[in-house]
Amino acid sequence: MNNEILYTDTHEWVQFLDETTVRIGLTDFAQSELGDLVFVNLPEEGDELTAGETFADVESVKAVSDVYSPVTGEVSKVNEDLLDHPELINSDPMEAWLIEVENVSDKENMLTEEEYKKLIS
Amino acid sequence: MGNYVPNTLEEQEAMLGLIGMKSSEDLFVQVPKGVRLNREFDIPSSKSEMEVSRIMTSMAEKNKIFKTIFRGAGAYRHYIPSIVKQITSKEEFITSYTPYQAEISQGVLQSIFEYQTMICELTGMDVSNASVYDGATAAAEAIIMSVERKRNKAIISETVDPQILETIKTYCKSLDIEVVVAGASNGVTDLANLEKLLDEETACLLLQQPNFYGQLEDAEKIGRLVAEKGAKYIISSNPISLGILKTPAEYGADIAVGEGQPFGIPLSFGGPYLGFMATKEKLMRKLPGRIVGETTDNQGRRAFVLTLQAREQHIRREKASSNICSNQALCAMTAAVYLDAMGERGLKQAAELSMAKAHYLARLLCEIDGFNIIYKGEFFNEFVTSSPINVDKLMKILEDRGILGGYPLANDKILWCATEVNTKEEIHKLIDILKEVAV
Amino acid sequence: MKLIFEKGSTGRGCDLLPPSDVPVINLEDKFKRQSKLNLPNVSETELSRHYTELMKKTFGVNDGFYPLGSCTMKYNPKINDDMAKLPGFTDIHPLQSEETTQGALEVMALAEEYLCEITGMDNMSFQPAAGAHGEFTGLQLIKAYHEKRGDSKRDKIIVPDSAHGTNPASAAMVGYKVINVPSTNEGYVDVDALRDAVGEDTAGFMLTNPNTLGLFEANILEITNIIHQAGGLNYYDGANLNAIMGIARPGDMGFDVVHLNLHKTFSTPHGGGGPGSGPVGCKLLLSDYLPSPRVIKGAEGSYHLSYDNPDSIGRVKAFYGNFLVVVRALTYILSLGKEGLKHASINAVLNANYMMHQLKDTYHIPFSDHCMHEFIISLEDLKKEKGVSALDVAKAMLDYGMHPPTMYFPLNVPEALMVEPTETESKETLDEAVRVYKKIYEEVTSNPELAHGYPRNTVIGRPDEVGAARNPVLRYVYNK
Repeated sequence: MNNEILYTDTHEWVQFLDETTVRIGLTDFAQSELGDLVFVNLPEEGDELTAGETFADVESVKAVSDVYSPVTGEVSKVNEDLLDHPELINSDPMEAWLIEVENVSDKENMLTEEEYKKLIS
Repeated sequence: MGNYVPNTLEEQEAMLGLIGMKSSEDLFVQVPKGVRLNREFDIPSSKSEMEVSRIMTSMAEKNKIFKTIFRGAGAYRHYIPSIVKQITSKEEFITSYTPYQAEISQGVLQSIFEYQTMICELTGMDVSNASVYDGATAAAEAIIMSVERKRNKAIISETVDPQILETIKTYCKSLDIEVVVAGASNGVTDLANLEKLLDEETACLLLQQPNFYGQLEDAEKIGRLVAEKGAKYIISSNPISLGILKTPAEYGADIAVGEGQPFGIPLSFGGPYLGFMATKEKLMRKLPGRIVGETTDNQGRRAFVLTLQAREQHIRREKASSNICSNQALCAMTAAVYLDAMGERGLKQAAELSMAKAHYLARLLCEIDGFNIIYKGEFFNEFVTSSPINVDKLMKILEDRGILGGYPLANDKILWCATEVNTKEEIHKLIDILKEVAV
Repeated sequence: MKLIFEKGSTGRGCDLLPPSDVPVINLEDKFKRQSKLNLPNVSETELSRHYTELMKKTFGVNDGFYPLGSCTMKYNPKINDDMAKLPGFTDIHPLQSEETTQGALEVMALAEEYLCEITGMDNMSFQPAAGAHGEFTGLQLIKAYHEKRGDSKRDKIIVPDSAHGTNPASAAMVGYKVINVPSTNEGYVDVDALRDAVGEDTAGFMLTNPNTLGLFEANILEITNIIHQAGGLNYYDGANLNAIMGIARPGDMGFDVVHLNLHKTFSTPHGGGGPGSGPVGCKLLLSDYLPSPRVIKGAEGSYHLSYDNPDSIGRVKAFYGNFLVVVRALTYILSLGKEGLKHASINAVLNANYMMHQLKDTYHIPFSDHCMHEFIISLEDLKKEKGVSALDVAKAMLDYGMHPPTMYFPLNVPEALMVEPTETESKETLDEAVRVYKKIYEEVTSNPELAHGYPRNTVIGRPDEVGAARNPVLRYVYNK
């Protein structure tokens, strides 16, 4: 796995930094559907995540949407820049990662870029 | 009679005809027979405005209005400036709904923004919401706001108004938040006891300043104890007192709450009142209820909107931290106009006068045998005395002389209150009666 | 416009209080306020005009048509406010003795009696201050009921997907898990899905009837029966009671507990967002759990506050609720009487059907066969085809001096506008609204690009809500 990026059907992207560490963000499709984001609720470092469960939510003016983790593991880093600048997700969703997860022990089935493109088309 | 439907019966029939219906029965075809109410309501027939006015007035007249009141205990008679009553009677303010359509609601929105600003100035906090139901629910909401995953214990000082404590218990019980009451000695929170209760699982401490007995707590020291354990510090204040007393922020509080009724709202048999609620910036997004923010419109003009709405129930539904939907907008406006009219000078004066009258009353009371101050610490405008005769009997005597005496705490204990509206003559009249009956 | 803080100057103010006639007390330093108290420095003239300016920028029912769905913005009779200003009601202390507050207790006892008759309930508490507060209280009753019976496994409240946001939020606040059941394509509770959702863990079910789509649940008896059979209780959200007064009662539909919104159905004004009043009524099986104290009538005809309620859920608020709002509601009930209340509901439903009938050829109305007191327009097609949203259409209405309908609710109808004309609007007002709605439709379909620019004639244009939420400015800062 060399930094390949995979996708979920709930519109997160997942980048494997190594065998058991991933970075998770929202896809470009997700941000454009959500519109201008105004706030992000992120977990804390050390929080345990379970594959398929929500770990964060993102707020636009009139809506709030859950963000799901496709992996089981422990939150090792949180992108705190987003707390002050949620608009980074709108301007560059692939750069604006939400969290890093280590000790990944389980994961859900994920989509390749091609499969994901098909899903959203 | 008693009918606010403008359309005449003929017009109603014409409208029914136009939509292809024969009678008003056709409007309710969806309502199954099994649930139809096939009889008239067992309530009186409609009445003219004059008759209704007469009935309601006669009920109002069955209540006794006391010219002189020495009772507080959570509801206070203060002077209400005429301008407050006039402004809050404007039909636009009374008949509008929640300002969801900002373009035609700038008036209400700006008034809430100004209210929020003044609550922050009074309490020393950074962020205020647009108000909640009353001081008791504000305290309960503040506690829910403080709870964290690993901190689920709320400590409430025994010197908090018992009605606030009861309300908190109802709110916390269903959320499995542990409520622990910290004992008191000499009418103030017992610091040694409190220190024992505070631990790493404590979410918050709620203190009332001045407390239910009117006493001023050592809120600064308590704040240090709470901070040492990393718990949130909630202070509930009588807002008039904040004209001269230290602010919750100066005591190190994280959340300031209180009952806003003293700000221009009549006693009204207990409601509607106004719960104010403010906090530090770091807790902004945990603050429940409506919040108004300043922004600009599409031409760059100053504009106000309801903001941070994603915290709220209509968006977050079961994940919202509170179910609160409305605020007490008209009461918040009342408080705002009151503060506008009073200004710094007026509010300080109201606070100083209240304190002075209460101390004068206390001094004269103590000159009568059997009336002794029970708690000796510094107080604001309420204090507790003993009573040489049965309190209920005493209150009845005062009632018959047109005076609402202090609030009976027990058979032989009275919580007295005075505000700027109590004159020296009134105080002397009370004292004369008490001297008469106490012998 | 300027804030009050930007008006006036240091030294100005109103002269309101006299000098002290008793010695002033010197406060110890440790209790003395340290920070400067910044409050406005304005003369009474400036203050009065400031609020007159704000008043002109506020739209109330007095200003025009206000068909805000689910909010029942009917005309607020002036006598209601007049009665609530009687000194016998405003100047009484909540802790006065019972002997000196018989009139106030009578108001609450009468209001309880009448509202129980209107809803088919047995007892009522006025302590809850608003609808959401009533939901919280009513669900507490349900919880207390199950707990008293030792039935501890019931931890779920079922709500339809069309429910008000307060329903699931209140359930969560009472410690319940929330189960959503879908609606059918016809807009009703999906009875089969409901049957599948209930079980030994069902504590209760919350429903508005007519529901939030403006439809009366035809299977209501079956629905409430399914819940009862499963051992749960039925909660009636009274938001839409204005459609059925004198026609049908929640108590006869199988509901065990209700909350009312006195500021909606009983026309106490909304006050810019409150104070309201959200009394909770219940059947006898729940009466013992109502908040304490309760008003009771003594044998000799006098009224008392009873604090002896060992099974009560406790207090949900200080004192007895928003008393002056109850005064207004009682005034309204006395004015309308049994005939007037039914007449109000009939006309609320007539006005809604009259408007819907004339709009259904222009707008897409998903459930257009029949409606109760309100109906839903969906602009989904317009959005897809022309890029014009419900928001655009709503904002266009502002230019015609009308308050728009409720937008984007219920959540199960895309691009929804929810229209509730109420019974207090005349035929001319409805005709004019229909004309305007049609005109707007024509404008936005022929010139969709203009639609995003509405409103054009209001004191401000569309505000930047994104900016407001990203960089919150929540107060004026002195000496920035």
